Amino acid sequence: MKEFVTITIDDQEIKARPGEYIVDAARRNGIYIPTLCNMSGVKPAGSCRICTVNVNGRLMTSCTTPVAEGMEIETISQEIADFRKTVVELLLIEGNHFCPSCEKSGNCELQALGYRFEVMVPRFPYQFPKRDIDASNPKLIKDHNRCVLCKRCIRTILDEEGHHIFAFRYRGHQLQITIDPEYGMNMTDELAQKAAKNCPVGALLYRGKHGFEIPIGKRKYDKEPIGSDIEKLKKVKIS
Amino acid sequence: MPKKITIEPVTRVEGHGKVTIHLDDNLHVVQSRLHIVEFRGFERFIQGRPYWEAPVLVQRLCGICPVSHHLAAAKAIDMLVGAGNGDGLTATGEKMRRLMHYGQIFQSHSLHFFHLVSPDLLFGIDADPSVRNIIGVAMENKDLAVQGVMMRKFGQEIIEATAGKKIHGTGAIPGGINKNLSIAERDRFLDGKAFPNVDQMIEWSLGALDFFKDYHKKNKDLIDNFAAFPSSHLSLVRKDGALDLYHGVLRAVDAEGKVILHDVDYRDYLDYIGEEVRSWTYMKFPYLKKFGKKNGWYRVGPLARMNTVDFIPSPLAQKEFERFREYTHGKPNNMSMHMHWARLIEILHAAEMMKELLHDPDLQGDDLVVTGTKQLEGIGLLEAPRGTLFHHYRINEQDQITMANLIVSTTNNNEPMNRAVAEVAKEYLTGQEKITEGMLNAVEVAIRAYDPCLSCATHALGKMPLEITLLDGNDQIIDKKRN
Repeated sequence: MKEFVTITIDDQEIKARPGEYIVDAARRNGIYIPTLCNMSGVKPAGSCRICTVNVNGRLMTSCTTPVAEGMEIETISQEIADFRKTVVELLLIEGNHFCPSCEKSGNCELQALGYRFEVMVPRFPYQFPKRDIDASNPKLIKDHNRCVLCKRCIRTILDEEGHHIFAFRYRGHQLQITIDPEYGMNMTDELAQKAAKNCPVGALLYRGKHGFEIPIGKRKYDKEPIGSDIEKLKKVKIS
Repeated sequence: MPKKITIEPVTRVEGHGKVTIHLDDNLHVVQSRLHIVEFRGFERFIQGRPYWEAPVLVQRLCGICPVSHHLAAAKAIDMLVGAGNGDGLTATGEKMRRLMHYGQIFQSHSLHFFHLVSPDLLFGIDADPSVRNIIGVAMENKDLAVQGVMMRKFGQEIIEATAGKKIHGTGAIPGGINKNLSIAERDRFLDGKAFPNVDQMIEWSLGALDFFKDYHKKNKDLIDNFAAFPSSHLSLVRKDGALDLYHGVLRAVDAEGKVILHDVDYRDYLDYIGEEVRSWTYMKFPYLKKFGKKNGWYRVGPLARMNTVDFIPSPLAQKEFERFREYTHGKPNNMSMHMHWARLIEILHAAEMMKELLHDPDLQGDDLVVTGTKQLEGIGLLEAPRGTLFHHYRINEQDQITMANLIVSTTNNNEPMNRAVAEVAKEYLTGQEKITEGMLNAVEVAIRAYDPCLSCATHALGKMPLEITLLDGNDQIIDKKRN
C-alpha cells in the first residue's frame, strides 16, 4: 500500500493518507471545508451536506469520500458557496432556531455557519414546526425545536459498556432523537456534559451548567469565525 | 343605527397606540380611550422553556429597557435556585447588577428627556412637527443634543461592560452574574478618554435639571396644570424608606400622602394587586385590591417614586429631591408634567450611584454566583425607568416554566394615561369640529410624560404612530388624524 496519495485541492497539490476522508486531508493542510454533522475521529454520517465539494466534476460530501490518487477537488466556487449557504438556510427555517434566547448562542456551529455564509435574510418561508421539549431526563433537556438530526449524540455518546444512549425514532419529517429510557437514566454527569458539548446546536442542554454562564465576548465564535482555527494552520484564504 | 367595524389588532406592529375620543351632540367629550392594540404573548410562549432562559428571553419584550426585564426575571430566578429573595447574592453579583441597572436608568431617562421630550419644550407643543424633533433640537441647541447622545452612550457602555452587549445582554444568570468588571473596563468610565467620564455625566445631569427648572419658571402654567390630576402612587422603596431602584418593599401613598400600602414584601404582591381586563385594549388595568377596581388605580414611575420615598441616598439628588418635595409642601406631587423633573432627579441619582459603584473594589471580585436549594416559584420586582416591574414564574420539577405573570411598568400607568388623555381631550377638544396638529400633539405630550413603553411608539422621531379618531354621539367618525 502506498504511503500517501497525491490529490489537488483548489489547485494546490496535497499529499493525503490513503483511506482518509477528503475533509480530514484538507483540514491537515489548513484548508477549511465547513462541516456540521462531522466530528474528527468519529465515523462520518454525511447527513448535513454542508461539506459538499466538487470531486472530478461531481458534487460529493467530503466527510464520507475517501481520497484517491489524482483526485481533483474544488472546495471554493460560486456553485459550492451557494449550495452550502442554501443548506444552512434550509436548516435554519426547518426548525425553530431562536438564537436570541438560546444558551448555545456564540458557541453554536449552525449559528456560526450562518454568520460565515452571511445568511442575512430568510430566502425560504419559516416552517415553524410544532415540536416539544423533553425534560424527562434528570441530566439533559432535549429541545427538538433546535435539533438538526446530525446524529453526533447517537454516534459519540456511549456508556462504559458500549451501550448507545441516543437513537433515532419515528420517520420522515417526524424523525427525532430519543434517549434510551434505561441507559439514559443512569448517564453520568460527564457523559451528559459531553453530549451537550458535542451537540452542534442547542438541542441538548445540560441541567447542571448553562451556556449563559460564559459571558458574551468569551464564547467560542465571538472573536473569530468558524473555521479560523483550521485556516490558521496555513495561511490559505478560503472564502 | 349605524355600526362601526374595527379590525384589531393590526398584526405584527410594535408600539402602536390608538386614541378614541367620543363627543356628544354638543361636541362635549363623553369618553376617551388609549387603546394598545399590540399583543405580545410572552407569558404564554415561555411556558415549557427551561427557567434559566427567562432573563434572556423575556428581555426581548423591549429594546429600550431590556435590562429591567433581564434583571427582574433574574431576581425571580434567583429565588428558584435558592439564591435568596433578591438580596442574597454575593457583593460582586449584586453590585454588578446594580451598576447595569443604573446604566439602564441613565440611558433610558436620557433618551426620553433629550430625544423625545426636549423638542416639545424647546419648540412648544404646537410647533411645526418638521422642526419639533431631535434633529430640530440639534440645530437649535447643539450642546443639549450632544449631551443627550453622549449621556445615552455612557449608559449603554455601562450596560455593555456589565451585560456583555448594549442591548439584550446575558450578564445576569441564576444566582448572580457571569462576569466582573475588570480594571481596564472600569477605567474607561473614569478616565474620559473614550467618552466623557462619570463626573461629566453628573455635571450634565445637573445642567439638564437647570434647563428644566428654567423652563418651568417661564412656563409655570403648562408644567403645573397640564394633565394634572390626583392619584395614588406606588413603588418599591428600600426598607429604610430610601429610593432604591433595584430592590425593596412595596409602598403606596394616596393623593394626600397617606400611606395606603405599608412597605409589604413584594413576594405577596398578589394579595394586594389585582389586574382588570377591559375588552377594548390588550393592556390590563392593575389596581390595589383593597380599594377595588374603580378606585384602586395608581401611578408608577419617576413621579410616583418621588412621592413614595422618604429620601434619596446620594447627596446631589437628595438636594434636588428636597426642592421637589418643597414645591408641593411635602404633599404628593400629582402634576403629570413634573414627571420630567422627577426623571431628571433620577438621572442625577443614577449618575451618582454609577460613580460610587465604579469606585467600589467589590466589582473586581471573583465570587459571582450563589446556589442553594431549588424552589418552584420565584417573584422578582424592581423599579424600571417607567415604574414598578413585576416578574413571577412557576416551574415544575423538570425545570420547565409552567406559569409566567408579568406586570410591566407601563401597564401600571394604563389608567393614569387614560386619565391624562381625558384631561387633555376635555381641555383641547371640547367644541372642536376640526382637529389640528397641535391638539394631536397635546394628547401625545400627555401620554409622553409617562414615557410609555409602547416601545417604538414614543421613540419615533418627533411623532408617535398614534391615531386619533373623533366620533360623535352616534359613533360616526367626524375626523380622523394619523401622525
